[in-house]
Amino acid sequence: MKHHVSFELNGDPVEVLCESEQTVLDVLRDEMQLIGTKEGCSTGDCGACSVTVDDRLVCSCLMLGVEANGKKITTIEGMAEGEKLHPLQQKFLEHAALQCGICTPGVIVAAKSLLERNPDPTETEVRYWLAGNLCRCTGYDKIVRAVMDAASEMRGAA
Amino acid sequence: MASVTLVGNLKLYTGGVTDLEVEAENIRQLFAKLGEQFPELKEHLNESCAVAIDGEIFQETIIAKIKPNSSVQLLPAIPGG
Amino acid sequence: MQEKVGNVPMDADLKWVGTRQIRPDGMDKVTGKARFGADYNLSGQLVGSVLRAPHAHARIKSIDISAAEALDGVKAIVTGTDFPEQESKMSPAGEMMVNYNHIRTTVMATDKVLFEGHPVAAVAATNQTIAKKALKLIKVEYEVLPHVIDVLEAMKPDAPVLHADLITAGVSPAPTKASNVANRIELNKGDMEKGFAEADQIFERSFDTAPVHQAYIEPHACLAVVNQDNQAELWVSTQGHWVVRAHCARLLGWETSQIKVVCAEIGGGFGGKTVVYLEPLALRLAEKSRRPVKMTMSREEVFRASGPAPGTHVKVKIGVKNNGKMTACFTEMMYQAGALPGSPVSQGCMAAYAPYDVENVQAIGHDVVSNRPKVAAYRAPGAPMSEYAVESVVDEIALKLNIDPIELRLMNAAKEGTQSAHGPKFGPIGLIETLEAAKNSDHWKAPLGPNQGRGIASGFWYNIGGQTTVSVVLNEDGSVNLTAGTPDIGGLRASLAMMAAEELGVEYNAIQPVIGDTQQLGFNFLTGGSRSCFSSGMATVEACREIAQEACKRAALIWEIPEDAVMFEDGMVRPAGDNAGAHEPMNLRDIAAIAGKTGGPIVGNCSINAQGAAPSLGTHLVDVEVDPETGKVDVKRYTVIQDAGRAIHPGYVEGQFQGGAAQGIGWALNEEYIYNDKGALDNASFLDYRVPVASDLPMIDTIIVEVPNPNHPYGVRGVGETPIVPPMGAISNAVSRATGVRFESLPMSPPKIRHAIDAARAAGSTDLKM
Repeated sequence: MKHHVSFELNGDPVEVLCESEQTVLDVLRDEMQLIGTKEGCSTGDCGACSVTVDDRLVCSCLMLGVEANGKKITTIEGMAEGEKLHPLQQKFLEHAALQCGICTPGVIVAAKSLLERNPDPTETEVRYWLAGNLCRCTGYDKIVRAVMDAASEMRGAA
Repeated sequence: MASVTLVGNLKLYTGGVTDLEVEAENIRQLFAKLGEQFPELKEHLNESCAVAIDGEIFQETIIAKIKPNSSVQLLPAIPGG
Repeated sequence: MQEKVGNVPMDADLKWVGTRQIRPDGMDKVTGKARFGADYNLSGQLVGSVLRAPHAHARIKSIDISAAEALDGVKAIVTGTDFPEQESKMSPAGEMMVNYNHIRTTVMATDKVLFEGHPVAAVAATNQTIAKKALKLIKVEYEVLPHVIDVLEAMKPDAPVLHADLITAGVSPAPTKASNVANRIELNKGDMEKGFAEADQIFERSFDTAPVHQAYIEPHACLAVVNQDNQAELWVSTQGHWVVRAHCARLLGWETSQIKVVCAEIGGGFGGKTVVYLEPLALRLAEKSRRPVKMTMSREEVFRASGPAPGTHVKVKIGVKNNGKMTACFTEMMYQAGALPGSPVSQGCMAAYAPYDVENVQAIGHDVVSNRPKVAAYRAPGAPMSEYAVESVVDEIALKLNIDPIELRLMNAAKEGTQSAHGPKFGPIGLIETLEAAKNSDHWKAPLGPNQGRGIASGFWYNIGGQTTVSVVLNEDGSVNLTAGTPDIGGLRASLAMMAAEELGVEYNAIQPVIGDTQQLGFNFLTGGSRSCFSSGMATVEACREIAQEACKRAALIWEIPEDAVMFEDGMVRPAGDNAGAHEPMNLRDIAAIAGKTGGPIVGNCSINAQGAAPSLGTHLVDVEVDPETGKVDVKRYTVIQDAGRAIHPGYVEGQFQGGAAQGIGWALNEEYIYNDKGALDNASFLDYRVPVASDLPMIDTIIVEVPNPNHPYGVRGVGETPIVPPMGAISNAVSRATGVRFESLPMSPPKIRHAIDAARAAGSTDLKM
């Protein structure tokens, strides 16, 4: 059975018909064609599907599409403003903080959520916040450095 | 004559011979001569086998040149991940 | 033999090579636009899904697909009989020798299922729900057979035999009875008896390592379409799309030219995406249904049915003089191949003692099948396990002889001219340089805290070259398109663009590098063996030099001077010799503008079988802290030191070092396959198969050593695989030094550590430190 679901996606109001069993991840990828949110496990263990729902970080594979009704969802596609990258995106490029890049959208979404709560995190705080986002390529070193550097730049700009 | 060493299991097809001198200008000639001398060895040469010539490893090629005094080793092919 | 191109000296003043440019594909990856394997869709596409065996070992008595076929929305079903039989022998596939009978059996079971998760049938349906329903309607009747999982169990005479026709190769005379030992290999150098007789002391131990998965974050995925004229297209996440094409053509009985394979962005591979699983199924389903078919594996399927690296049992015996000089080194190893023969045991044998200059070496390897998924390559396939075992014993020797472990390694280190244990004499290699850098590092000199230990280990991997095609086009406005064919997993496009910019004397941003599909270029072997930057880099340089030469020719035409009176330098075409100064130099933009009128487009194509790949050696330092209460090991500090030949993009070289170390840390401490008594995998998820997360690791420091590879124009050595070789030895040595107990089994999980400490205490060990 299809359900009519309305929510805010990256700042725009959207409506979608979704099946009962479709997850937010399925809705984003299959119904909205937003492929930036990735599926790595579908069990909430890898964080590749990270999005924010009402500014809370969630694994979109663990939330049903129908539950998105009335919510505000932000994905990786909503992070850059026009041609201007979010500082996290820019720092990931500068620090070579991605190799294959499959985990990158989820990691950046998660890191943004961290910096909204804690603009000056310690290395340990970054590591624990990102512990739900698996990366198999980088060993996390450059990811952590990129997040710390972006935080520093964002504090300077604020 | 190049000095040739068979590394690993190739000696099973040469009656135990592992070290020999072969006159060959390239890998193709080397394989042909070894194949003549040891018919059983033939198919294993064309199977997965790497050839080291004076320390440089060649794979999947039969045209690499061999010098008269070259030191040549035949070893199992090297894959990679 | 191909001509060796002119080498760029290490002290040359370079503008791009050695800098940290932003990767050209980076923007798409940080904004979510990059298309990976599962990100391709076509209108009208079907969902393909695989029925997998619930048993570790069983005979298939019958498969009844009639009920599934009758279900509305089911458009095609395939089983083993949809794939032609293949002869069981090694045959060429692109540049590899493979056994297509084995590949066919891995892709889809026919008479027997050989591991839990073995594909039995596949369905294409209009949506996922119908596809899953259809799988449930397929009736398979099994006769369950006794199974065997463990490698040593599988070698026992009374073990259940997987293949009735498997006679151990490499044994003379050949055995008359089938067994699970597919192959025995033996490497010999020198005289073992003499070597051990010369030794003052002999050290001997046995080690076990658990199978580990590559655990790329992107599950296998592809989209296939087969048109009514039998032309097929396949979009796929793979390490080698020409190899996928070769395998699929053979498994389906098609011509290679029928299939166009487009390589999607690849979300990690580490060796695990060098083989085919879903691709032939998707193509056959697409052929049967004449609809696009998309297939993706779930994470559970990835764990159950795609190749891990083998678990192993490795015996090591080393003889040394009292001064630490090794006189004889022996090792015997048993490697799991999975359900079909072909573990990387010969590489394990060859790599075991490669870092050392020893006169007498013997390595014996056994390739053993058991009821597990067929193993696949994983970063330096075969080497990490045997080198872990050797490095552990080397550390024990250092402790017992009271020699600094770096000095012990320096004393025995392989160097240029050393006759390696596997045969060839080494050219220039950088092991000693990495050991010296380790000795001089802050890390090595830093004090340790309570319950902490410091470990060191070295590692070796060969690296390979292989068939490669690169095309470089000088566009009419002077910008440059570069098309390479080795999938870019970790910054290849950046490195190639940097070498091209250097060669052509243009801005880095003027180069637009892409990975072409199988119809755009000649054959490219896959990204593996740490070959992509080496091989595609070599081809890029040659293609660019072709463009420079052509630019000189065009200038000569309009200046009306001989071609050899024109030179290309710093991106400028200049008259040289007697004509120097006679004409205004032209840059590539000027040349591009007149290309049409002077003969047509200017293109550099290079197709080679790249040879001359040189090994990369590395040394790792690690500090661990062991919690005496829980047995948990924390990695406190880690330094990777490795010879890169020349680091084209140091940021991505460091990334390879750090990523390999992190995977090695997982291998050493957490990761393992856990099977239950029915032969089913009990931990097929990221929750239960725990790869290192950010909070498990410290920063990973890196020191790049550069001993150039004389066979590459920029001195490049592959760097991707070596970094996973030393971590297990280094960590095991650190844990052993922290606890005073020598560990012989991976992973060193908390219960094992607790148990070992308790056992040492009960035995009254005087070495015990906690």
